[in-house]
Order: sequence, then structure tokens, then C-alpha cells
Amino acid sequence: MHDSFLTHARKRWLWASLVLLSGALLAYAWHDPIGPANGGTWLGYTLGTIGALLIVWLMLFGVRKRTYANRVGSLRGWLSAHVYLGTALILVALLHSGFQFGWNLHTLALVLMLLVIFSGFFGVFAYLRYPALMTRNRDSASRQAMLEEIADIDQNALALADGIDRRIHAIVLRSIENTRLGGGVWAQLTAHDSSDLALAQARQMLEKREVEGNDAAKLSTREMPTMFAMVDFLAGNADDKQSEALRKLIDLLSRKKSLAGRVARDIQLQSLMEIWLYFHVPLSFALLAALSAHIIVVFFYW
Amino acid sequence: MTERFKIAIVGSGPGGKSAAARAAEQGVSHVLLEAAPHLSNTIYRYQKGKHVMDEPGILPLRSPLPFKAGSREAILKGWDDGVATLKVNVRFGHEVSKIHKTEGGPFAIACSNGAKFEADFVVLGIGLQGNLRKLGVPGEDLPQVQYQLDDPGEYSGETIVVVGAGDAAIENAIALARQNNVIIINRKDEFSRAKKGNEQGILKAIEEGSIECFYNASPDKVDKLPEGSRKRMRMLLSTDKGKAQILCDRVIARLGASAPRSFVEACGIVFPNKDPASVPAISPQYESNVKGMYIVGALGGYPLIKQAMNQGYEVVEYIEGRKVEPADEPLLRDKFKNMPGFTTVTAALDKVQKNVRLLSHITPLQLREFMIDSEIRAPRAGETIFERNDYTNSFYSIVEGEVLIEVDPQRKITLRKGEFFGEMSLISGRRRSATVIAGNQCVMVETPRRSMNKLIASVEAVKREIDKVFIGRAILSRFSPESTIEQIADVIESARIERFKAGDTVFNEGETGDALHLVRVGSLTISRNIGGKEVVLSYVPAGNYVGEMALMGESKRSATARAAIATETVRLDGEAFKKLVARTPILKLRLQSEYRQRTTANLQMQAMPTGGDIISFLIAQGAGEATDILLIDESLCVRCDNCEKACAETHGGTSRLDREAGPTFAQVHVPTSCRHCEHPHCMKDCPPDAIHRAPNGEVFIADNCIGCGNCERNCPYGVIHMASKPPSKPGLLSWLLFGAGSGPGEAPYDAAKKKDGAVEKKAVKCDMCKDLKGGPACVRACPTGAAIRISPEEFPAYAQSRR
Repeated sequence: MHDSFLTHARKRWLWASLVLLSGALLAYAWHDPIGPANGGTWLGYTLGTIGALLIVWLMLFGVRKRTYANRVGSLRGWLSAHVYLGTALILVALLHSGFQFGWNLHTLALVLMLLVIFSGFFGVFAYLRYPALMTRNRDSASRQAMLEEIADIDQNALALADGIDRRIHAIVLRSIENTRLGGGVWAQLTAHDSSDLALAQARQMLEKREVEGNDAAKLSTREMPTMFAMVDFLAGNADDKQSEALRKLIDLLSRKKSLAGRVARDIQLQSLMEIWLYFHVPLSFALLAALSAHIIVVFFYW
Repeated sequence: MTERFKIAIVGSGPGGKSAAARAAEQGVSHVLLEAAPHLSNTIYRYQKGKHVMDEPGILPLRSPLPFKAGSREAILKGWDDGVATLKVNVRFGHEVSKIHKTEGGPFAIACSNGAKFEADFVVLGIGLQGNLRKLGVPGEDLPQVQYQLDDPGEYSGETIVVVGAGDAAIENAIALARQNNVIIINRKDEFSRAKKGNEQGILKAIEEGSIECFYNASPDKVDKLPEGSRKRMRMLLSTDKGKAQILCDRVIARLGASAPRSFVEACGIVFPNKDPASVPAISPQYESNVKGMYIVGALGGYPLIKQAMNQGYEVVEYIEGRKVEPADEPLLRDKFKNMPGFTTVTAALDKVQKNVRLLSHITPLQLREFMIDSEIRAPRAGETIFERNDYTNSFYSIVEGEVLIEVDPQRKITLRKGEFFGEMSLISGRRRSATVIAGNQCVMVETPRRSMNKLIASVEAVKREIDKVFIGRAILSRFSPESTIEQIADVIESARIERFKAGDTVFNEGETGDALHLVRVGSLTISRNIGGKEVVLSYVPAGNYVGEMALMGESKRSATARAAIATETVRLDGEAFKKLVARTPILKLRLQSEYRQRTTANLQMQAMPTGGDIISFLIAQGAGEATDILLIDESLCVRCDNCEKACAETHGGTSRLDREAGPTFAQVHVPTSCRHCEHPHCMKDCPPDAIHRAPNGEVFIADNCIGCGNCERNCPYGVIHMASKPPSKPGLLSWLLFGAGSGPGEAPYDAAKKKDGAVEKKAVKCDMCKDLKGGPACVRACPTGAAIRISPEEFPAYAQSRR
């Protein structure tokens, strides 16, 4: 049945990583080099080689992912190994360094590696948490269907507003023109939704009017100019038919507001599941470059 | 005035036109009657630029008219030119309304436009499309009353009345409403006959007011208004609220077509049974039971263009008294050359028909066609013909020698000359229930599923005989493999086949049980009423039985059995079955042990009622007829679409699955992807028989697809589409470093946009990656383990795993 990449093959790769780690720790504890532990001892070279090979192999995940007819294991198995062995790499690299840090190329490679791995941790977190949230937020509707419904509501709202008053029509039209979903990275990640907030609050205004009669007209005109126009209209010269239509309009716009919110949230969740890759992958190439430099430097200039 | 000809050809499709051309070439007096104002209406109505293929490639063309795979336009032009050059006597706009044979004289043919003809011979080539149904009220033939709509964009600013409630009417109404004022007339109070999308579309349009609808209304009359009126015409209606009048410019009636069958029957031609798939029996010379009346093309059961054209040619030769070797003769000779002792095709056909009783019921022409579709097999003794659990579904008739059926390693049954096997999988659509091994001097005819089903649908006697043998063998293998057919004759005698529609109950919880049901086609769900809610406890696929509990002691049904899809069961009478149990002690033990297993499983399911909800949800998605279905766990799916990309990359650039589409319940998502149905809907009407089932169950489309789109229309799950082959992609490095072409997983550049003219489009669907070792690419490419493929038998276990 369904099996997550963390539990793949009874956590085979978790065990493999634990074996690798305990082996490395034991060796490190047992090893007694001349001088401080560092990358230049035989254990240092061994751990360094293991680490470098791991880095290259972990990066090959990107190639494996794109060779769709490949039969070497399933992609889920590869991801499982990628996650567990990638995590193990932290300790392997630290033991390799003998915990010596400095303002040099070698530590730069270490820092880049840690950045790559921690961005990966965010990825694991995102993959575990967001899919279920996304399904719940969608509530069986596809994003396309929600967008279509929003477009429908816009059409109906315009038609309805047209029947009420010219001013109301202008307000609704402006609200439609201002509706933007998605957009730049920041807008996506913050679930920015610029459909007119004021209109969704109109319902409250309407209720208020019913309670307080014409007092609604006392609302600050500076706070909600468009809203004020609508409520003022209601309070002043609207007949029953018009307020009925206005009530309907407000219901429509509230529905749209909630839909737009859901679409924005959907886009946000999707972008959260993708954004980390824009750090993880480029940083891993930077790491590869730093690693190559590190190896060349230690062999030729040390 | 009545004109007289030797041959009257009705319908100018490939068959009719080819016959007329041959007659013209030979100088035989003839007339070609066509209802439409142009030749070959069916092909004429193909979409512009459609690539028409010329399967089967091995069959030579025999006609004075040309035909080669190419665009619709090129083919139609070739025919138009050929008909003009040969001076074929064609009459357009002549819809034949009646044909009858005068006593001892020629046929009298009447057309709906009043024209009358007499002919000594009639060739019917009217195909299967039928004539468009008209309004059936005065004014139905006014010029502004149309029965087709080619381009909705042609009209604007008009008031148009659309009559009908089917898909065509709805699609037209919605398209026309963009630029016109549209009123739709529905005889009923709903649009339930239409596809879901269309139904929603029209209801929405009506609610919005962009289309006006008259429900429970039928037209009484259409009048033309005098010149200078604001509208051109007036339609009078009867509605449930009284009479109504609509002023309009145009009426478009989309009332479907009347199947040609009633017309054909009115001509005196007999169909073998009521099955809509059946075709009239015709002689090897294509002559029907009415002497002098011939049938060519799709109406006679030959849906391919080339076949029909050859028949048209041959039929004129036969009428002229010339003997022609049928075009399929070389093909048959080639088939039979494997048969030991082969001399001539006729002798070989006779031998097959003499030795196999099942085939003695069919006409020589049916036998020829049956043999063209079939293969002759002469395996060496000991060779395996098929393995138990294979998913093949062809049917075998033993012409000579014997075969061994290996039900289990200890027990083998021998079948001899004249018997048949393979009917179990053919009927149930499930895996082979036994391994079959060739015996001595074995010669068999292997027939593919489609040809066999066609034969079963057309010849009642064949159906009867296969059903009888099926029931006997099913009872024997399921309950009492130790007995012989003779020993269980009383049970077989009491058995009968029952049919259920999806959702029908087979029996209800609490009823007194008097029978046992062995599922033959389809599947059942077993449910119990728990706390006022029906909870599904298990799923019973074809080949298994239900209802034995009530016969084994408990007298009341302990659960409800319901058909998950269209289902057929073999109902065994309770009394006869009890007797069988009484005299077969081992059967009782076997039933008791299965009973225990089932009760335990049911109790487990009952303990977690949400599990049953997941099964109900899957069954509601049509998963009951699946053999293998793709499910996505949305709590694991990161929406990376790597499954779709993998599918596209391993299948010529077109993904055969749509991850996002489809419903979700309790985080279980059923994407739009092939389920490899037990009885695939796509196979129903494939002219070149290009859709097959591989031994592991994969339903796939072979290369001889002609791109007609029937399977796309027949698939209720929308998993087939027409696609052309995209350009090949660059290697990984040249893409990564030099930006050549589209990269892995990226959509390929659109091939159709670059080239002009007809692009060859063929149907594509999931083949479960049968040619890739390692299994389906979609599942293997899922990084998080969200995608799996399972079969319905695993549903209960699956539901339990999702607590």
C-alpha cells in the first residue's frame, strides 16, 4: 500500500545511515592521530573520500529523477536514501574536519554543505506537512474550478450591480479589476490576495444598519470610502428591491472572497513545496564547486 | 415516372460507391442513390484535415476508385474525380424510404422526394449512422429548420430554437448562445441523458439566463412568417402549462439518428436477434435472405473502408455472374498453411466447420471472417498454450487432437476434437483459471475476444452453447472438481444466468436465502446495515460466489449483496446445491473453511466502518470494473507531477494520466488514468481491432490504430485521447549545457504547429508500461510513495491500511 519515502523498505536507508554513522563515530573515538584530529590523517582521508563520494552521489539524484525509464531502484527508494544518507553527511563531514573551522575555503565548503542539507530538511518538512493541508484547503475542488467559479461570480456580481446603481457597478468593477491571485515569489509565498477586502466586510455593515438604523452613515468616510458609498446608498435612497439585490451582491462577494483566499492559500502551499528547491539545487552546485576547489587545494598546495 | 435499372445501389459510402464505379466501368445499367448532396456522407462529415488510414494494410484494394491513407480532403477528391471520370449515374438528395420486391418482378424503390425506381438487384450500403430524425410536425422541411450544425460561428444576432436534450443539442445551444438569442426545447423535465459536463453547462446557462428553456414541451408546428415580419418564422409548442408560441429566425433540431435497422427490416431482411450489435446474415456473395438484395460495408459487419470498397467491387462481379476469388482468399490461404494436410481454403474451412460443432451454426461468410481474425495453431505436444493467471482472453476451438487442462498439478482434464476452451476469461474478463497444455496432434483455432463476442452477439445458437458449457465448467471447477459433468447434472439443470445493473441488489440482508450466486461477469459488494448506514464489508470479483452462508445453516441472509457494476451471476438453486453438498463431504469442509475466513474478514472491516466508506467511494468511481487502478495518497503527494512527466517521457511525449483531475475522498485521490477494465469499454467499437489485452492484464492500443476516436468516446473515464507523435528530445547534457530543445519532463514543442496539413493522430492510452521492465513509470517515478496501482481484490486490505 502507500509507503512514504521515510518508511520505504522498512526504513532500510535509516539503518544504513545509522551503521555508517556509528562506524564513523567508533573509528573517530578509537583513532589517536599524531596531533589534533584533522582531514590529513588516514581516517580524515577516509571520511573525506566517503563524504565527497556521498556528495556526488546525492547530486546524482537530480539525474536519476529525470531518467524516467531507469530501472535502478524506485525513485522513492532513491529519495529515501538521499534524505537519510544526506543527513548522515553532516556528521561524516564534521568528523572529517576534526571540528577545525576557520575563515577559509574549506569551511566555506562545509557551510555550503550545511546550507544545502538544512534547506533539504525544510523540503522534508514541507513534503510531510503541506500535501494534507493542500487537500483540505481545496475541499475537492481543483484550482481551475475555483478560478472559474470566481470568474462566474464576477460576471454575476457585475450584472447584479448594474441593476442596482451606477455607483455600485463602478465599485464592483474596481474590485474585479483589483483581484490578483498569485504573481511574484513573494506574493505567492505570503498568500497575498488583493481582492477588495472592504466588500467582504459589507455584510457586517448591512447588519449594523439594520440594528442601528441610519447611524451607519456616521462611519468614518476615510476608513472605507467604497464601503461607505454602498452603505450610504443603502441607508439613504435604496428601496426594498435594491437592498435585496445589494444583499445578494454582498453574499456573492463574500463567497468570492473566501474562494480567492483558498486559491491564494493553494498557491502558497504549492510554492512552499517548491521554493526550497531554488536554494537546495543551486547551493548544491556551489558546494560541488567549493568541494572541487577544496580537494585541489589540499592535494596540490597543502 | 419510374426509371428502370439493373442494379440500384443505396448509399454512396465506400461500399456503395465502389459498386457503382465497378458497374459504370463494366457498362452495367445502374443508379447510385444518396440522401446527402455529396458522396460518402460519413467520411464527408469527418473534421477538416483528418488523417484517414487504410487498415488493414495486408488486404489488397480492389476497386476502380482510389484509396490510400491520407487527408480527408485528398480521399474525397480522389473519389469525386473517379466517380466523374467513370460517369457513375449518381442521384444526390434521394433518400430511399421503401424497398419492396414485386411478385416475381424487380424491386420497387421509393424515395422520400417522390422519385421511384425499379431494379433487378439492390445493393444496400447504408452503413450504421442512420438517418437524422426530423421534427415530425408540419413545417419540418422548411429551409430554416436544420438538423445539423457545422459551424455555430456562422450565425449571429438571430433568435434560434434548439430542439433536443442530448449532447449534440446542448453543445449547439451553448455554442450558439455566444452570438445569438437561444431557446432550447426539452421534451422532458431534465437533461439527464447528456454527459455530466454538458448537463452542468446547460443548467448553468439556463440559470444565468443566457439560454431560455422550455421543459416538458414539444413542437406542434413550424410556420414561415410573411416577408417583412421581424422574425422569419414561428414555432407553436405544447407545454405542460398549455400552448406557447416562439418567434424565431431558425430552428435547429438535434434529435439523434434512427438506427438503420428498422428500415433494413422493413426491406425484409432478418436479423438473428435483438442484440443491437448483431448484423444480418449474408451469403459468401454478400446476398441477404432476400434474394437479389445484397449488403456491403458496415451494415453487414465490415466497418473498414477498404473492406467495404472491395465488397462493392465483388458484389457487382457476383451479380454479373462472374466468379471472383474473394480478396481475402490469399489471407486465408496464408492462415491455413500451418494446418497439417492443408489443400485448399474451401476444404480447410469445411473441415473446421465439420469438426467444431460450435461453428456449425454460422454462415460460410461469417466463418471466413471468423477465420481471418483467428489464427490456426498447431502446437507441439507438451507446449503451453496459456498459463493460469494470464490475462489473455482469446477463445480456442479444437479442430483436431486434444489438449490438457491443468486445473492444479494433480488434476488434469482432457478436451478433445470439437470442444472449445478459454470461454471463462472471455466471459468474465478475468485471469485464466487454468493452464492449458497441448496434447497429441493438436490443431486449434485461436479467436480474439472481439471476433468471438461479435459471433456470440450475432448467432444465438453459439451463445446458448457457450453459456451451457460455461455453467457446467464453472460449477465443476468452483465447487466440485472431483466430480464429472454427469454427476452434477441436476445442479446444472437448476442453474440459470441472472443479470444485474450497477447498484441492483442480488439479495438483501434478512431475506430468506434460497439460492447461491456464482459471479460470472462483473463484481459484487457485500454490505451490512450498521447503525442505519450501509457499510461495505467486502468486494466479490467474478469467479467467486456469494449466498452460501444462508444455505449452510443460517436461514436468513446475513448481509446485502449488490452489483458494483453491470454484473451477471449463475444462480444455483438452494435445494439442488444442498443435495450436492450432502453427497460431497469434502465440499462441505471447503465451504466451511471459506465461510470462517470471510466472517473473520467481515468482522475486521466492521470494526472500522470508515474502511467501508473508502471501498464505497472507490466503487462509486467505477473502480469495481477495474483490474488495476492508480490511486494517489494526497497526504503524500507533493504535486510535483513527476508521474505525468515520467509517463510522457516513456510514451512518446504524451502523458496518459492526469494527476490533478478526479475525485478525492479521505486523502485517497483517483486520478484520470486507465483502470484496465475487465471488459474494456474502449474495445467495444474499434474498427481495426487495435485494442488488446496483454497477458499481464494491460489494455493497450496497437500500431494499427486508425485514429477514428471511437475508443476516446466510449471510455467513460476519459483516459484516452488522440495525439500525434512529438519530435524527439535532446540528450540531458546538450539540453543542460546548450539549451537544445525541451528538457526532460518539459512539454515538447508542439509538432502540429510547425507542419502544415494533416497530422496523423492516433489514440493513446496507458499501457501500464508493459514494455518497460520494472513496472509502471508513474508509480516508479513518484518520489514520495504517493502513487500506487492496486486491483479491486486488494480494496479491503487497502481500506484497512488507511486507518
